[in-house]
Amino acid sequence: MAHGGSMLALLLMLGASTIARAQEAELPVSEVAPGIFVHSGTTALMTRENEGAIANVGFVVGNAAVAVIDTGGSVREGRQLLAAIKRRTDKPIRYVINTHAHPDHSFGNAAFAREGISFVGHKNLPRAIAARGQFYLDGFRRTMGDELINEVRIIPPTVLVEDTLTLDLGGRTLALKAWPAAHSDNDLSVFDDRTKTLFAGDMVFLSHIPVVDGSLKGWLRALDELAAIPAQRVVPGHGPVSEWPAALADERRYLERLAADVRALVAGGKPITAAAAQAGASERTRWQLFDDYNARNATAAFSEIEWE
Amino acid sequence: MLRHRIRLLCVASALCVASLLSVALGVRAVPAAETYDPWPGLVQDIFNNRPINDGSDVIGIEMPARAEDAAIVPVTLRTKLSPGDSRRIVTITLVIDQNPAPMAAKFTLGPDANVTEISTRVRVNNYTDVHAVAELSDGKLYMTKTYVKASGGCSAPAAKNAEEANNRLGQMRYRQFAKTDQGAASATREAQIMIGHPNNSGLQMDQVTQLYVPAFFINQLELWQGDSLVLAMHGGISISEDPNIRFTYVSNGAKQFRAEAKDTDGHVFQHEWKVENPGT
Repeated sequence: MAHGGSMLALLLMLGASTIARAQEAELPVSEVAPGIFVHSGTTALMTRENEGAIANVGFVVGNAAVAVIDTGGSVREGRQLLAAIKRRTDKPIRYVINTHAHPDHSFGNAAFAREGISFVGHKNLPRAIAARGQFYLDGFRRTMGDELINEVRIIPPTVLVEDTLTLDLGGRTLALKAWPAAHSDNDLSVFDDRTKTLFAGDMVFLSHIPVVDGSLKGWLRALDELAAIPAQRVVPGHGPVSEWPAALADERRYLERLAADVRALVAGGKPITAAAAQAGASERTRWQLFDDYNARNATAAFSEIEWE
Repeated sequence: MLRHRIRLLCVASALCVASLLSVALGVRAVPAAETYDPWPGLVQDIFNNRPINDGSDVIGIEMPARAEDAAIVPVTLRTKLSPGDSRRIVTITLVIDQNPAPMAAKFTLGPDANVTEISTRVRVNNYTDVHAVAELSDGKLYMTKTYVKASGGCSAPAAKNAEEANNRLGQMRYRQFAKTDQGAASATREAQIMIGHPNNSGLQMDQVTQLYVPAFFINQLELWQGDSLVLAMHGGISISEDPNIRFTYVSNGAKQFRAEAKDTDGHVFQHEWKVENPGT
């Protein structure tokens, strides 16, 4: 009995310190439109120091429920987002929408894994998670460390979006759209009709160089349809909340330049290694993290365009 | 009761210290795997412990120091034997030490094709040594190596566009390049073969179902000019999606170039092309 009592006391002590830490930390968010809250990720690679908080994440508050749009690059960031939500509303969280499989958008999922919360994703999201989940966990352990990665859980969607889906939060609806391969092969966008706000996920980059991990040609094809969404503002996957559709201009210019450069190299019989060195080079000064991603984009683009 | 509590606290603090230590020291399977050198074991498994000589004068390997895209890492193998050398390269084995299945490919060079350069693309799962081992006509093995860092970010050695990968299944492309550094009369040719195939590794475990995505890849490829073998490849799962091989060879004047590929499901893909400017 005494044994059990002291164990209980110990557990309570440990539990209390965990809870205290969770309550302290709150992700800074701003209300970019009524009921639309966004945390702006820092433009960087995911590291131990930034706790993976490099992507924009947010939430939408309806009269009856809350939808979370992306959960961040660590469970710690996810918990801090949860704390920010609790501070601003007592409406229950009903949906967690993952705009795609990349770790900076979904490693925080475990913070929201509880009864009553549905995880929503593109119909291809389970496949992408299956193929990449373990590699992401191993790879980011190297840059983020055990402490952050140990608690990450790969959580698959329970609601799949085949084409479009409408979520009712009470007094406002979110229109979700599953795109053909573009930034990735599992991109999902979220449009709030009430405030005309588009959460574009990584279909839209500003400042941060766009990253091609699906299909460059598919992405270029999607831009017109994306631009036609009647939004006033966009919350991009990376970069500042911006006016729509003007926010697309830089990304369109970059992707078109990359495709044109790669086409010229393929036509000239140049090897794939030439693409990494040359394609898109004229865009260097216009983007952050250019040297981290451009060669990779060019390599991926080459392997796609050489099949034309 | 007091004794109980002390003992419990000791247990608890010992656990805490242990976990703090493991955090501080970074004790984990992944970093450990990077310090462990699998090469001696691979020499045993792949080369039956045969002696391996320094091959820096025999074969060169070029790869980027950092794998920009872990799914598509270009690699070029180049023979370094002087034209007067009486030996020739019979096979080249490409080994990516830290990959789940390290033997990426074994190339057999046609006896009369004088292949001097082979470029392909591989998946790289980790920070790793990459070895190229040439077997010469004197029966000896010669090795050279390089080191590649797998890239971070959203890069992964998996399909970017899984539908497209399946749509292209079995498509074959052949392309001949102008060799600008050779005279027009030279018989040296540079060509490329592309095969549409997802080349699934079978090593990607679904974190949710704990099941593996089934392996499905090109395991054999033969390239012929007329009835003479130019190049053959026994491929493994480290070869990138849509296997792509660019190579040089010497034309024997044959008017047809032929490719035959087989995959692990027993599909056979065959195609034949008319050679531009076949003359020797």
